[in-house]
Amino acid sequence: MFIPKSPLASLDAAGINRGGRWLVRGVDMTVESGEIVSLIGPNGSGKSTTAKMILGILPPDEGIASRYSHLRVGYVPQTVSFDWSLPLTVDRFMKLTGRVSSTDIDWALSETVTSHLRREEMRTLSGGEFQRVMLARSIVRKPDLLVLDEPIQGIDFTGEIAIYELIKRIRDELHCGVILISHDLHVVMAATDQVICLNGHVCCSGTPDHVASTAAYRELFHTSEDQTHALYKHRHDHRHLPDGSVTDYYHKSDQHHSDSVSPPNSPD
Amino acid sequence: MAGLLDDFFMRALVAGVGIAIVAGPLGCFIVWRRLAFFGDTISHAALLGVALSLLINSSTTLVVFLVSAFVALSLLLIQKRTILPADSVLSLLSHSTLALGLVVLGFISWVRVDIMGVLFGDILATSVTDILIIYIGGLTALIALAIIWRPLFAATVDREIAKAEGMNPDRANIIFVFLIACVIAISIEIIGVLLITAMLIIPAAAARRFSSSPEQMVVISGLIGSASVIGGLFGSLTWDTPSGPTIVVAALACFLVSLSPLANILVLKKAPHS
Repeated sequence: MFIPKSPLASLDAAGINRGGRWLVRGVDMTVESGEIVSLIGPNGSGKSTTAKMILGILPPDEGIASRYSHLRVGYVPQTVSFDWSLPLTVDRFMKLTGRVSSTDIDWALSETVTSHLRREEMRTLSGGEFQRVMLARSIVRKPDLLVLDEPIQGIDFTGEIAIYELIKRIRDELHCGVILISHDLHVVMAATDQVICLNGHVCCSGTPDHVASTAAYRELFHTSEDQTHALYKHRHDHRHLPDGSVTDYYHKSDQHHSDSVSPPNSPD
Repeated sequence: MAGLLDDFFMRALVAGVGIAIVAGPLGCFIVWRRLAFFGDTISHAALLGVALSLLINSSTTLVVFLVSAFVALSLLLIQKRTILPADSVLSLLSHSTLALGLVVLGFISWVRVDIMGVLFGDILATSVTDILIIYIGGLTALIALAIIWRPLFAATVDREIAKAEGMNPDRANIIFVFLIACVIAISIEIIGVLLITAMLIIPAAAARRFSSSPEQMVVISGLIGSASVIGGLFGSLTWDTPSGPTIVVAALACFLVSLSPLANILVLKKAPHS
């Protein structure tokens, strides 16, 4: 295991364009060893796309994605499907992208409480078992960077907390960087060093405390009286004061939310 | 060996088994990746290759390989950029290359072409040179497959995991396409345009029930393919049926056995492996 000092991976004003539409644009982010970075945002806000850019799966159409060379990566994508025709046991799946020792497989499976599934076929696993095995596979090679796209799908609530504790423990044990994508805000906010709130662009970023205190975050996730409206429109070029009055445009400097850059009916 | 190969039936057996041993492993990937129609398209394009090789009076194997590889690579490119659905693109290329091949054959008035031979192959006309081409080409393809095995298999399970974790799935995919073109080229005269996809897919499908790992499935698929060739050739000798189709029927019989309760005995035997 190596521990580079510089960021493991970073994005610099990176964006992906598909058919003239920007899925995500102007994303700056870095992830360092021993750091958990969470990407949050509504559906279609570009979380997975951002993760794929930093992983090198999607080359950015503008901006730069860079990674430490020979970075050992563990990746849990949002969806994977296994065809019936593919005979693949959990044990074989652990060796998918590289040779691993049996001891390491034992370790990864016991960390994720899936040791009893080692001889099972992948396609016979339940949703929760499948996610745990996906997680086991991502850590089995002792990665420098772990990227988890919705790792707790299909896992029940107590299991969820255990998974987040596991992610923290893995981070401490391997001193790896972690990029976490999740919908579960409360747990994310508790388990994270840095939060990046996306909605087609970076709305706000920083420590969980800082992000939670921003208007952009509240607009995206906490607007109690008119949540649907906030999710669909999300054009916080103004700020609601406690008395209900509206104050001026919130952060002018980046122009993310001003009408001059976002055309009408754009997703943000 | 040389004495053995004097007999046309022995030559057919040796050639057929050689093809089955290469087609089995590659066929597994075609089944896993749902590329059956892709395989069909490339083999239909091979007919155009046969026609062109006659037109320019050059080696059939080489021209078929080049044409198949060209069509396969353009398929990969077209599928990334086109607005047509993938199956329509495949069907378009499949039948237009087939038609084009037949039109070109029509132009070649100076050679009498046995269309049935091109479509269904003539395994009983196998020469020692054919056997050499099959074994050299087949061995090369198997070695190449062994080299790209891990990235190709990882990309088959999930391209994005493979890519994210530092493999080169796109290079493995391109090499794989060349290997398919290679198998089609070496077996075109033996098995024929219409039946080669069957040799790729049916043994692999039959092997699924008996396999608990991809490596096992690849080996079993090669074995079932070889058994089909041997069974089919003896069947065609016994009942005086066309040899290519009889081999495919034998493979189909293996597949049906793998589905039947009879196969449980074999599957159960394998279960407690470690």
